[in-house]
Amino acid sequence: MTTVQTPRVDGPVEASASSKLIARVKRVVSSNPSVLPTVAAIVIFVGMVIYGEVAYGRIVQYNTLSNLFINNAHLIILAVGMTFVILTGGIDLSVGSVIALSSVAGVMLANAGWNPWVVIVLMVLIGTVIGLASGILIQYFNVQPFIATLAMMFLGRGLAALLSTRPERLDDESPILWLGEQFKVIDGEKVNDVVITPGVIVALLVVLIAFFVLHRTRTGRTVYAIGGSESSSALMGLAVPRTKVLVYVISGTLSGIAAVVYTSRLGIAQNITGIGWELDAIAATVIGGTLLTGGYGYVLGSVVGALVLGLMNVLITRDGGIPPEMTTIITGGILLVFVLLQRAVTSKRHT
Amino acid sequence: MSESLPIVEMRDISIEFPGVKALDGVDFRLFQGEVHALMGENGAGKSTLIKALTGVYKIDGGSIVVGGEERQFHGTRDAQSAGVSTVYQEVNLVTNLTIGENVMLGHEIRGGFGVNWRATHAAATEALARLGLDHLDTHRPLSTLSIAMQQLVAISRAMAVKAKVLILDEPTSSLDAAEVEGLFRVMRTLRDQGVAILFVSHFLDQVYAISDRLTILRNGKYEGEYLTRELDRHALISKMIGKDLGTLSSLGGNRRVEQRDYAAEAPLLAAKGLGRQGSIEPTDLEVHRGEVVGFAGLLGSGRTELARLLYGADRADEGEVTLNGTRVDLRNPADGLGRRIAFSTENRRDEGIIADLTVRENMILAVQAERGWARPIPRKEQDELVEKYITALNVRPADPNRLIKNLSGGNQQKVLLGRWLATNPELLILDEPTRGIDVGAKAEIQEAVAELAEGGVSVVFISSELEEVVRLSERIVVLKDHQKIGEIVNGPAITAQHVVDVIAAHGVEAAAESGIIDAEAGSNPTEAPHANAHVFAAPEEES
Repeated sequence: MTTVQTPRVDGPVEASASSKLIARVKRVVSSNPSVLPTVAAIVIFVGMVIYGEVAYGRIVQYNTLSNLFINNAHLIILAVGMTFVILTGGIDLSVGSVIALSSVAGVMLANAGWNPWVVIVLMVLIGTVIGLASGILIQYFNVQPFIATLAMMFLGRGLAALLSTRPERLDDESPILWLGEQFKVIDGEKVNDVVITPGVIVALLVVLIAFFVLHRTRTGRTVYAIGGSESSSALMGLAVPRTKVLVYVISGTLSGIAAVVYTSRLGIAQNITGIGWELDAIAATVIGGTLLTGGYGYVLGSVVGALVLGLMNVLITRDGGIPPEMTTIITGGILLVFVLLQRAVTSKRHT
Repeated sequence: MSESLPIVEMRDISIEFPGVKALDGVDFRLFQGEVHALMGENGAGKSTLIKALTGVYKIDGGSIVVGGEERQFHGTRDAQSAGVSTVYQEVNLVTNLTIGENVMLGHEIRGGFGVNWRATHAAATEALARLGLDHLDTHRPLSTLSIAMQQLVAISRAMAVKAKVLILDEPTSSLDAAEVEGLFRVMRTLRDQGVAILFVSHFLDQVYAISDRLTILRNGKYEGEYLTRELDRHALISKMIGKDLGTLSSLGGNRRVEQRDYAAEAPLLAAKGLGRQGSIEPTDLEVHRGEVVGFAGLLGSGRTELARLLYGADRADEGEVTLNGTRVDLRNPADGLGRRIAFSTENRRDEGIIADLTVRENMILAVQAERGWARPIPRKEQDELVEKYITALNVRPADPNRLIKNLSGGNQQKVLLGRWLATNPELLILDEPTRGIDVGAKAEIQEAVAELAEGGVSVVFISSELEEVVRLSERIVVLKDHQKIGEIVNGPAITAQHVVDVIAAHGVEAAAESGIIDAEAGSNPTEAPHANAHVFAAPEEES
């Protein structure tokens, strides 16, 4: 056999900025494959933005993107809470009905003449209490997270219906509405402005604080450790019981905050508000790259996940031709792709 | 030995579990700067004593003095802050975080803006350096390390919290010879730094290599404390099992069955070119009636994979199996079971026992599965079956209604053996039936295997302990790198060394690298039949 001498061709010497970026991402991904799903979420989000811009136009502009944040602020907050829970390997199904209970109760109290600040604090506390109840059930009564939070979900929904089964409208003068008021940050041409609401600021603060807690505190690292192995974490002497209760308290509290943000934007509360939002929050978290079995994931990924879901709704509305029932089908499809991607990543890690 | 006060002194410790005294008046002392081995059979109370010390279990009687102060800890966390750290047999770290984080979890160095990662990783590197592991990149995920390295990281973690007492509970069970030597170097360094080390291991060689003193427990009772160099192996073993060693060695030494001429007989099972993509290359194999065939090879050599094909736990994608002369297609375990093939898994905890069921329920499981769920076994028949195998295999405690998770590893294994024997198999495949269990139970299981074969049952015996395979098998199938590389017909002249030679000859450089030849030369199977040099890495487990 003869060997054919092929002249060695060296690759192009000059590397463009984009290929440098790709190389960098590659290096991060290869040293830590768990970021791959999150990177993929970002890629999909960017892809959706580009597709939307090309196909329908008016996506990459101030007002569209501002509205994306304004309309999904509550979902971002929920997804952040859900990330904490899922990182420990748990699940919280109660967040949607916490929103219903908290917002109906809040609107009724506000309309009854309570001090709006007291009302806001109470709305948040309702979430905290329900989260605490779930956490205690799970940690000290050994109830499966799924069942414990399912019970809380029914309880919350039932209490909301007990309070009122009609849409409760917040008084037009109520100061709570200020949280949903839009402020122009940059005045663009015509209606193309950068607009922000205090609700969005709350959401961004929640994200920043959550990021800090998860990555810069012992409690946050314990959350990850529990997701890695609960029994090992306990044997390592970490505060497992306390942290496990805490993640449900965080999720409940953030649901309460999400209720405040959502109610202030809409001005109406109803006992059927938020049906299925727990699943949206779970979907956002999973799309953002958090592993349902716990231990891997990033809160920023969940934000991207929430935005992917929000943007999808925008694109479907823009298209006009897609029947609304397709929304859930597309959500399901995206979710499936991500779960498969996660499987690929985990199986790669095991070999 | 140090004349100062012991750093740990446990006196007259008693712990009672429902219906059983796990510890009964046990004394234990541990001095600074010594390696102290805690010895005993499975179920003797070693783990219980450790858990009493670390506060996982509450003591019902006695006193624990740590550092001159009477203490009763409330769990690992509490013990850790008092300087008592434990490293368990299963690596108790979290693989989803980095090496550095695992060392420092819960003790991260905090600055003005939360955890100061730079300082934390520096501290982790420092702790690793104490064990000579400073070449590790603390930013890499823990999952990139081998189990052995993870075990060393776990020890670094224990030392990062300034432990004065280090408890190592079977740390060597998943390490190979070279890795064990690395661990011992670390232990000696720490000992010389004044750390008190409590060491638990089933491997007598290791105990003699590393420990200064040892305390022996038997059946939850204190048997004595000795200087290791003053107690020879025979004395140690007889103190552990409470019998004269002679009875055991007679079993071990002479068990090698006389060779029968199988050529004339048709085999019970014959496999031709049996293989499965990615797990085992096409293999020919024959098993005769009443024959014990040993599978020898390194962990991951394809022993288990081949066994699973024979049982139908995995489906072969090439080759064929004939059983009693007829060709059979084994697609799932039910096919195997239906043809009177039984397979006892190496993964006792996850694939073997069902922890929350009783001994009885665990034992009748396979018989019940064979009959189908529609025909429950009458209670009377259950009792007879269970009674029979509890007695035959000497399961202790002999209580069919005890939850199996409360039994020691060796006794769990006996229950599993009983489970498969109850199905009355023609071919019994035992994958690592003696891993992680004590000498007494090991001997009993070996004895049971030999008796089965004499009674006409064919046995495929898989073990990482070569002496054991050589002692029991009539024929040894040697596997390496997912293929069968040879077959040895056993005889009086054959020793474990022959098997090692076959493996080594097949890939000289690979064998030299893993150091198995050196390790093997150090052990003498005739002198201490049960103190096998455990040359092959094999993860062990204990209750």
